[in-house]
Amino acid sequence: MNQPQNTADIHKVIVEQQAAQDRKKLILNGVLLLFLLAAPFVFYPVFLMKILCFALFAVAFNLLFGFTGLLSFGHAAFLASGGYTTGYLLSNFSGLPTELGILAGTLAATILGLGFALLSIRRQGIYFAMVTLALAQLVFFFFVQSEFTGGEDGMHGIPRGQLFGLINLEDNMNMYYFVLAVFIACYVLVQRIVSSPYGQVLKAIKQNEPRAVSLGYNVDRYKVLAFVISAALAGVAGSMKSVVFQLASLNDAHWHMSGEVILMTLVGGMGTLLGPVVGATFVVNIEYHLSQGPLRDWVDPILGGVFVITVLAFRSGIVGEIQKFVRKNMG
Amino acid sequence: MSMIFGVPLAVLFGQLLIGIINGAFYALLSLGLAVIFGLLKIINFAHGAMYMLGAMVTVLMFDALGVNYWVALFLAPLLVGTFGVLIEYFLLRRIAGQDHIYSLLLTFGVALIIQGVLINWFGVSGLRYTMPDMFKGGVNLGFMFMPYYRAWVIVAALLVCFGTWFVIEKTKLGSYLRAGTEDSELMQGFGINVPLLISLTYGFGVALAAFAGVLAAPIYSVTPVMGSSTLIVVFAVVVIGGMGSIGGAIITGILMGVIEGLTKTFYPPASSAVIFLVMVLVLMFRPSGLFGKEA
Amino acid sequence: MTMMKKLLTSAIASAMMAGGAQAAISNDTVKIGYLADMSGTYRDLAGPNGQKALEMAIADFGGNVNGKKIEVVSADDRNSPDTSSSTVRRWVENENVDMVAGMVASSVSIAVSKILEENDRLGIISGSAASSITNEHCTPNHIHYVYDTYPLANGTASAVVKEGGKTWYMLTADYAFGHSLESDVKNVVEANGGEIIGAVRHPFPTQDFSSFILQAQASGADVIGLANAGADTTNAITTASEFGVTQSGQTLAALLLFLTDVHALGAQTAQGIQLTTGWYWDMNEETREWSDRFMKETGVRPTMVHAGIYSSATQYLNAVAATGSDDAQTVRKQMMDTPINDMFAKNGKIRVDGRMVHDMYLAEVKTPAESKNEWDLYKILRTIPADEAYRPLSESKCKLVNN
Repeated sequence: MNQPQNTADIHKVIVEQQAAQDRKKLILNGVLLLFLLAAPFVFYPVFLMKILCFALFAVAFNLLFGFTGLLSFGHAAFLASGGYTTGYLLSNFSGLPTELGILAGTLAATILGLGFALLSIRRQGIYFAMVTLALAQLVFFFFVQSEFTGGEDGMHGIPRGQLFGLINLEDNMNMYYFVLAVFIACYVLVQRIVSSPYGQVLKAIKQNEPRAVSLGYNVDRYKVLAFVISAALAGVAGSMKSVVFQLASLNDAHWHMSGEVILMTLVGGMGTLLGPVVGATFVVNIEYHLSQGPLRDWVDPILGGVFVITVLAFRSGIVGEIQKFVRKNMG
Repeated sequence: MSMIFGVPLAVLFGQLLIGIINGAFYALLSLGLAVIFGLLKIINFAHGAMYMLGAMVTVLMFDALGVNYWVALFLAPLLVGTFGVLIEYFLLRRIAGQDHIYSLLLTFGVALIIQGVLINWFGVSGLRYTMPDMFKGGVNLGFMFMPYYRAWVIVAALLVCFGTWFVIEKTKLGSYLRAGTEDSELMQGFGINVPLLISLTYGFGVALAAFAGVLAAPIYSVTPVMGSSTLIVVFAVVVIGGMGSIGGAIITGILMGVIEGLTKTFYPPASSAVIFLVMVLVLMFRPSGLFGKEA
Repeated sequence: MTMMKKLLTSAIASAMMAGGAQAAISNDTVKIGYLADMSGTYRDLAGPNGQKALEMAIADFGGNVNGKKIEVVSADDRNSPDTSSSTVRRWVENENVDMVAGMVASSVSIAVSKILEENDRLGIISGSAASSITNEHCTPNHIHYVYDTYPLANGTASAVVKEGGKTWYMLTADYAFGHSLESDVKNVVEANGGEIIGAVRHPFPTQDFSSFILQAQASGADVIGLANAGADTTNAITTASEFGVTQSGQTLAALLLFLTDVHALGAQTAQGIQLTTGWYWDMNEETREWSDRFMKETGVRPTMVHAGIYSSATQYLNAVAATGSDDAQTVRKQMMDTPINDMFAKNGKIRVDGRMVHDMYLAEVKTPAESKNEWDLYKILRTIPADEAYRPLSESKCKLVNN
């Protein structure tokens, strides 16, 4: 490439580079989309839906952790409250369109998220993690106690129902494309948020909070909003998961689930858009395949090993490391 | 008999005493965490696993070699502490200087490995450990039956807690430690081997957990999963006390034992949640915990 | 399963129906999936050793039934209903698994039974305690084999009350399992002229029971009933022994104790505790002989769940052999029609709701003086006849029962 001569040229080059990058991204996203559209003909749809639900959960978590720098150790509470609310409504009000059930679950998680955020947002670093953990434990306690969750038996036989009163979701293919559509919508939403001016402020907060404050931003409000959006999306994931599996259980509310989503995000690459998706795919697959293979009894220690290796050797995660590699070797 | 909220006074006394005993346990466990965090800024999520290792090692040494309780009281923390030094040397050291969060994630992974491996080796039903003969029985205090062993737990735990606090806050060694972890280059200049100091501090912190594990072996079911639910309670205690505050961890530990004990009397189902409730409340009004310095 | 496959299979299925060709073994193999907690809190009572028990049953058939191969696949259920559902769905939809065995956590058992109902395969649940499995959650596609909370409460509570334990104080794990045990105990105790004078609901899990034991002691009740399981129960018993509960004249009644729990406690700590069990290894020549075989394989004595897995697999394979089919309904019907007489149960029968009812046993933990070795732990005090032990069908909420 020629040395640019003046500002206009520089501008032109930047625009061109940008456009080239956008094209690359577009192609990549297009390929991914095609893959996702075709996937259920090759892979088992319910398993794919599980991956999509966890991927969305991780994407939601990453908005807070990766882009805003807040480590929540209580995200299981949102996954579970979404799932239980949707499950309860769909089980008890027959004929309720599924999308309304999911919306209600999302709303429940959103409200809970707002409560969490107001109580925790002023705490820093590890204190923030611990307050969210404590609040999530209180939510767990509530779910254990409540009659409607079915306690440790769980909530079973949640009807999938009909989408818009028209499309039968009992059919796995219909269900899959619905989940995929919701997933893509949420993913694009997060993408927009991250690249918007609002997202830039979040990143600024992550990098240097005092500076963001001194620039005149009301940092707390930005953080609360990020937290609430993240909780809402986690709620969507939980709601959809309860519809897909037709069950909701205490596993989703347990603090191990909050740990698992951290693992997914970390392994995939926190602070990257695609990272959590890759991470969720990786972790769900590992758990699923290992639990049936010759290493059946060793899933937990292996997951522990993944944690250790990721933290020690590639903190940027799979996607982060690939990006680094690409940048280094291909300009 | 006089009653308080429908609970006989005598029962209440008993519950308070039990609360203090459990509090001493919490104090011991949270002390180790506070030492590790306060001096090294490592968030040790493997603490529950180390507590469990202390108990497991006690039982296994007895079964295999006939090592008695008193020897185990020294040997188990020593072994687990050494294991801790190795973990610090081979793993934690590599992420020094990174965000604290990474130490949390790393130690969480380590805990999963330790626990998972032991489950495969020893199962989950628990290992049998008989209480040393001299502790069998107890004394009737009028308001409750006090097993001798519980009395010993409270004495041992508080002695170790106080000793640790004294060494770190009041002695020359302690001041080296605090200085060494705060400004390692300066201390290195004074000819102090700071990396070694850090390894030993981590080892000491987990040895405290292992000591609690030995104390637990005769009275609780010794299984590879015994640490996992204890861990987050103890973390809550440390956070309430103020992360890194040594004295705060001890006092808060005992306080939480008592609060939990009272909850077990008046509204038992909430006894596992109450500590988290206290934590949320405390942090709302004192963001750095009861005894923490403002961050 | 893809659309095409689905269409294809349903076409084949309807073709088979039309031909009335139910009597066939699909894919020329009988495939059994073994699903259990392999790495969590329920590992020891079923877990990897349960698979050994299953494989022993298959070995007895020489690995073949009616000349068709018997295969086993296995998975860790991770105590998670959704992981289990994914696994079982793949098993039945893609791998032609005919029967799923094992299953411990009630959430897993219920989730799996729904999938088996959807796909018309068979499940034999051996590890779960929840009586809801054959009550409100019953399906025509599963059998609940070894025990459930109803006889546990029934057997222990009625026996203890009859022996003079009139007043009870309950330590109840604060979740559905504990609640249902507690209410079952309450009914039985009151029906026999006893009384529950106090109860405390403790969180799950709880490590330190001293506070609760103290309250139970202060209540002055004759009996302290433990409506919990696993480590909660063993911790409560250890603490009770430490605080001298038995010396002060109170009796402990544990509602759910497995042999592995008692083994972990040891006779010294657990002596005198009464409990109900579905089976014990040292009851007679038959049970001893099988247990010796099991011990050779695993190094431990079997729990009632291990024995139940062996027995149910044997019954299942017998039914497959007799009908020449691995169709779920055909086999289940054959199993219901055949009384179970083996080392596990005498005159056991599978009811329409899927409950396998058989005699249960009231046992007492031996004293260290009586116990000859580490596994010599129970004295069988009394046999509780099958009809007395289990919830009668007249009280059933199961959709398969016409009430």
